[in-house]
Amino acid sequence: MKKSQLRMLFAFSWLIISSFLIYSCKSKPKDSDLQTAIESKINSNPDLSGASVSVKDQVATLTGELKTDAAKSSAESTAQSVEGVKQVINNITVATPAPAPAPVVVAADDPLTKGVNDAIKDYPTVKATVQDGVVTLTGEIKKANLTKLMQSLHTLKPKKIENKLTVK
Amino acid sequence: MGLQDKYKPLVDSANASGVKNLQVREQDNVLYIDGEAPSGAVKDQLWATYDQIDPDYRSADLVMNINVSNMVAGAKAKVTTQTSNLNIRKGPGTDQPIVGKAAHNEIVTLVSKSNDQWWLIRTDGGAEGYVYAQYLSVQ
Repeated sequence: MKKSQLRMLFAFSWLIISSFLIYSCKSKPKDSDLQTAIESKINSNPDLSGASVSVKDQVATLTGELKTDAAKSSAESTAQSVEGVKQVINNITVATPAPAPAPVVVAADDPLTKGVNDAIKDYPTVKATVQDGVVTLTGEIKKANLTKLMQSLHTLKPKKIENKLTVK
Repeated sequence: MGLQDKYKPLVDSANASGVKNLQVREQDNVLYIDGEAPSGAVKDQLWATYDQIDPDYRSADLVMNINVSNMVAGAKAKVTTQTSNLNIRKGPGTDQPIVGKAAHNEIVTLVSKSNDQWWLIRTDGGAEGYVYAQYLSVQ
């Protein structure tokens, strides 16, 4: 074989090998690159805050806790959209929403009036009226007694207390 | 400024001082804070903070229902009237007949709670009846 022919063959085989290498690189992306790509997509979406991903053999596994089912599926499609990801295992849990606090219950006027009258009994200069849960105080009171009176009125479950007392 | 912001120091203080079952709710422009203070001193501290934020409690935008959790049946409590005797009544209400008196600073036994305002108590002298809870403090 001529020297030039040998060189040609060598160059040709190198071309084949390198193109194979390039091809294999393209078809088998690194897991760590995939993971970084998915993570950056997750981090750019505030709804997905709380989700984490790990990638092994091009299979992405999602874990963590998100607020809604919609966010869970959005995380899955986000991971799926990254080129090179073969499969997505979605192990994200959806947080059960905290129960809404019970509404404030305001005492009915009759027991409220009775409670208010008990509370102001020791303060003859204080007058009180009760209307639809609102306690209105008039008259006058000493500062030290104001706090005591307020402390007991506030336990009666009023809607609110309008303090129009003159504080002496 | 929202009510939650206005009274934030109060809620923070309640959390920091160990108030149990703390509930903060806003409804129709009134903030409702409920909870159980570990002692009368903590409750008084919270009221002092309230007075600082809203002097003389004038704004009518907060209802602070803080009870003291050491008031339990069987506990001994001191009668903390200003100077006078404390009326012991047949039932829970100032419309109920007076059946006895507990002296200022006397130690009585808590028997059972009627509501946040009234406790059934027993004196060492054997008198039993309802008194206004505000004038009792567990030592």
